[in-house]
This record gives sequence, structure tokens and C-alpha cells, in this order.
Amino acid sequence: MSLVKVRNLNKWFGRLHALKDVNLEVREGEVAVVIGASGSGKSTLLRCLNFLEVPEQGQVIFDGKVIDPRRDDLNLLRREVGMVFQHFNLFPHMNVLENIIEAPVMVKKVPREKAIEEALALLHKVGLADKVDAYPCQLSGGQQQRVAIARALAMHPRLMLFDEPTSALDPELVGEVLAVMKQLAGEGMTMIVVTHEMGFAREVADRVIFMDEGRIVEEGEPAQVFSRPQKSRTRDFLSRVLWGSGPAQDCWTPAATATSA
Amino acid sequence: MDFLHYLVTSIPFFIRAAAVTVELTATALAMGMVIGLVFALMKISGRRFWRCIADTYITVIRGTPLIVQLFAIYFGLATIVDFGSFWSAAIALAVHNGAYIAEIFRGGIQSIDRGQMEAARSLGMSYGLAMRRIILPQAFKRVVPPLGNQFIIGLKDSSLAAFVTMKELFGVSMQLASTHFAELQFYTIAGLYYLALVVLFTFLVNRLERRLKIES
Ligand SMILES: Nc1ncnc2c1ncn2[C@@H]1O[C@H](COP(=O)(O)OP(=O)(O)O)[C@@H](O)[C@H]1O
Ligand SMILES: [Mg+2]
Repeated sequence: MSLVKVRNLNKWFGRLHALKDVNLEVREGEVAVVIGASGSGKSTLLRCLNFLEVPEQGQVIFDGKVIDPRRDDLNLLRREVGMVFQHFNLFPHMNVLENIIEAPVMVKKVPREKAIEEALALLHKVGLADKVDAYPCQLSGGQQQRVAIARALAMHPRLMLFDEPTSALDPELVGEVLAVMKQLAGEGMTMIVVTHEMGFAREVADRVIFMDEGRIVEEGEPAQVFSRPQKSRTRDFLSRVLWGSGPAQDCWTPAATATSA
Repeated sequence: MDFLHYLVTSIPFFIRAAAVTVELTATALAMGMVIGLVFALMKISGRRFWRCIADTYITVIRGTPLIVQLFAIYFGLATIVDFGSFWSAAIALAVHNGAYIAEIFRGGIQSIDRGQMEAARSLGMSYGLAMRRIILPQAFKRVVPPLGNQFIIGLKDSSLAAFVTMKELFGVSMQLASTHFAELQFYTIAGLYYLALVVLFTFLVNRLERRLKIES
């Protein structure tokens, strides 16, 4: 049973065609990892799923229901779809606990006591039980991102979207965030993850989706996509991210400019 | 010395007048804040209709002198509804400062990272709830300095209310100056009272700013 399904999705930013006829289906409990070069439309796809961006064409079907952004209450959809951002976007004027209980209390009207209880359990789960009273600015990037994950989980979403959750982190902090995500995947959460962490994709993903210039070019099991990519664009991209700058034609180096000058 | 004599003997008059100035300014700026917030929200609205109204208001108010606005309300509107001098002055000052405060609020709101609104919306919060709980509390902290500045301008501009017969600081000094034939002395004294109010207010704003800085 697919939890979320995308049909012929098209999104334009002015004249820029950011998503081109995207079709996608993610089953309940599945972990889909989206990879692709910067600007290929990965964030836009994710943001169309919770309607932070409204696609001009196509359908988003959540739990069997076609979402109409003009008629449906998107806030109801968004309660069920958690999102984790590259830059965490914690609320800086609230401490960790307040960040987490804000939406359950204000949106879902969960009694404060119960929301706090759940928040503490979530903080324990992401390994930050001792940071309840801390303000976001007092936390490392890795800690902030784990709080952000807890904040999203506090709404009991059925789908979690991660948009490059570790890209803004110092290398030594990446692991702690990926560990939380891996645990979440193990618990059966349905997840769509945009990331450049190929190790995570290999290990955790049920499916890898490669995007290029607004299209899904290739998708399949990680072993297949990584070891035997069918499309040349996928091969080019993978050789670039896995082996440093390979046959990338858009790769700028000072040496290249120097010799051509 | 005349000056010291006038300064001391006029204390009861000026204290009462200063109270009127403070009351007028506080009333006007409180209303101005509400007007400013409403028009700031209109100005950042997705609807062109609201943005147009806000633009028109801000352009008209900033493009015309306060004294003209004050007379228009006191003499002009008096033919329809008579607000009296206090409310005429308060409304004129509120409408006038509201335009500037709207721009201050708009700037404050727009200075908050877009990710904040997106995070709030992604959690299922409505636009209004996200504004109230997430964006505005952060924006308010940032606008304290420019808002304090606008309040000081508003306080001094309240002196124009003297021209619609208000017995506030400037009105009282005009009266005393002419009855005692001592313009230099009484206008200097009035200036000192304004200065004292502004210095006191600046001190309070600085303290508030420091407290907000410690909090964050
Ligand atoms: N709000 C926006 N306005 C205009 N162009 C945008 C906007 N968001 C994204 N784009 C453009 O759409 C394309 C896809 O962007 P994005 O989805 O962010 O790519 P990715 O996440 O894969 O790096 C890029 O060319 C980007 O510049
Ligand atoms: Mg992106």
C-alpha cells in the first residue's frame, strides 16, 4: 500500500521548469533516498509533498487521497508529514522543550502535561535528555538537528521528509544525526531522504532515486543503482560523488582556467 | 536670575503639562503600534489588494506634514465628528506614527529567516498562528531599537498638539512665555523637559535592549 504517490508532477519557478513529469510512489515503511546534483530539483520535490511549494501540474496523493491545495486544509496534511531542514530551523526564542511541544500543544491541542511527557521521551530517544532547557544557540549543529527531528516526530507524522539533514554539519557531527535517522527507519517510519551520504543510502535505503534537471532519471534498489547504474547520467554523478571529481564537465578548477587563459 | 526663578516657580505647571505630553504620546503610540502592525501584515500579504491599501496609506502619510494631518482631523473632521483636542491630536499622531511603525515592523518581520515560517508551517501551524507564535516574537526583539527611535520622534512631535489648543509641554510654555514676556526662558525650560523625557525613555529602552540580548 503506497502512503504517498506523485503523478506527473510539474513545477515552474517563473520560466525555470524545476520538476518535469515526476512520478513517484513510496510505500508505508519504505525509506527512499533521493540523490542528484545541486539544482536538480530534489528540495523542490520534497517541498511539493507538503505543499511548501505548490506544483502547477500533477497530483500528490497521500494515503489514497488526492490533495487539492486550493480546497483541502493543508495544515491537516502537514500534521502527518514531518519535515527536517538542512539548516534545522529551530525556533531560537524557545528552549528545546518548548520547540518540541509547540506544535502538539498549539495545533493538536494536546494537553501540555502530556506533550511534555512525550517530548521528554523523544529527547531521550535522540540522546538529548539533558538538553531540555537549552536554547538552540547553545547546541551544536548535530544536537540542533536531533532536536529538529524530535520536534517533527512530536506530531506523530506518518511520513518524514529529510532535506539534506547533514549537509550543514561539521563532518564529525554527521554520524550522530544519521544514527537517529537509521534508528527511525528501523522502527518502520516511512521516510524520503535527500542526502549526499552514500553510505547511509546503501545501508538504510530500500530505494534510491536519482534526479537530474528536474526529472527522475533512474531508481532502484541501492545495490543496483550504485553498482550497476543503467543511465550514463547516473554513472557520471556517482563517479563524481564517490570518487571525487571524475568526468564532470561543469567542474571548475583554477588549473583549468589557468591553462586556457 | 530670571531663568532660575522661572524654572522653579513654573514646576507645578510644567509637571502637569509633562503628564499631558506623556499621556498623549503613550495613547498615540499605543494606537500607532496597532495600526503599524496591521499595515505591516497587509504590506507583506500575498494579496495585492491589501498590499495596495497599505502602500497607499504609507505613501500618503509619509508624503504629507504632520501639522496638515493634525489640522485636517481637528478642523476638518470636526465638522462631522468632534473628537476634542486630545483625541484629535492622539489620532493624528497615531495615524502618522503608524505609517512609520508599519515600515519598522515590516522590516523586522522580513528580517526573520524564511526557514522559520517554513518550519512552523511544516508542523501544521496556520499562517496566523505561525506569525503570532514564531515570527512576531522574534521580530519584536529586533525592532526595539528603531521603534525606540520612532517613539522619541513621536514624543517630540506631540508638541504640535499645542496648535490645536492642547495644554501639553509646548502649549503651556507658549502661554507662560507670552504672559511673562519671557520667550527665551520658557522655551528653554520646555526644551529641558522634553530633553529629560527623552533621556529617561532612552535609558529604559537601552535597559530593555540589554535584557533581550541576555535572553537570547
Ligand atoms: N523559490 C525558488 N524560486 C526560484 N527558483 C527556485 C526556487 N527554489 C528552487 N529554485 C530553482 O529550482 C531548481 C531546483 O532547485 P532545488 O529543488 O532546490 O534543487 P536541489 O535541492 O536538488 O539542489 C534550481 O535551479 C533552483 O535554483
Ligand atoms: Mg536542495
